[in-house]
Amino acid sequence: MAATQAGARLELRFAAQPGELRGMRDALRERLRSWKLDEACASDVVMAVDEACQNVIRHAYRGDPTGVIELEVRRATGELQISVRDFAPPVDPARIRPRPLDDLRPGGLGTHLIRSTMDHTELGKPPSGPGNLLRMVKKLAPRGTGA
Amino acid sequence: MKHSVREERGSVVVIAFAGEVDLEHSPKAREVLLEQVGRRRRVLVDLSGVEYIDSSGIASLVEAFQKAKKTGTPFALAGPNPAALRVLELARLDRVFRIFATLEDGLDAGG
Repeated sequence: MAATQAGARLELRFAAQPGELRGMRDALRERLRSWKLDEACASDVVMAVDEACQNVIRHAYRGDPTGVIELEVRRATGELQISVRDFAPPVDPARIRPRPLDDLRPGGLGTHLIRSTMDHTELGKPPSGPGNLLRMVKKLAPRGTGA
Repeated sequence: MKHSVREERGSVVVIAFAGEVDLEHSPKAREVLLEQVGRRRRVLVDLSGVEYIDSSGIASLVEAFQKAKKTGTPFALAGPNPAALRVLELARLDRVFRIFATLEDGLDAGG
């Protein structure tokens, strides 16, 4: 896994494989800890990013282990800006919907978990080159509010 | 992820998971759960050692729960940490699963 950790930014590039996700989560957790995010917020961010990467592995690359994921997490004023980029064939954003939770069945929960923990999500095309780009924003509670 | 299966109090199967139940390990969790459910014995899933569980791990629990329902097997979860409980709540499964705060509570509660 290649990582760049300059100041208020974390960049990771890794293979789109289930076995890579733990290393990604560990690196992200460590970075969020260094930014002093509160534990609950950091935990939500790690989960949302993990679920986003799972969606890429399963639905964009459809299990092709040669695929690559690029993750960037940037700490901006009052928020975290997250992008998850792949190089797979374009995914139709209209097809990525959380399923109704009353419909109790295994699977399909990832998108719901992402949307219920992030303040903004948007799936589109990267500025250049092939693939898909998921942008997510997580608002941060002001320091000292105890939130 | 680590797991163990043992019998407690003569009639309860305790399936304990530990570590991270993620996309890499949830197929194994699913296999273990489905193997134990439906044997006419109460199943208690001990999550107290689970540090992280994702949607694929939750899906394994849902699948086991559905098999338990179909086969009339009492099925419950025990000891989820705050992070695991949060995922269950976000998925609104805290209203579906029977969840005990600790394994002891689950064992004491009976069927």
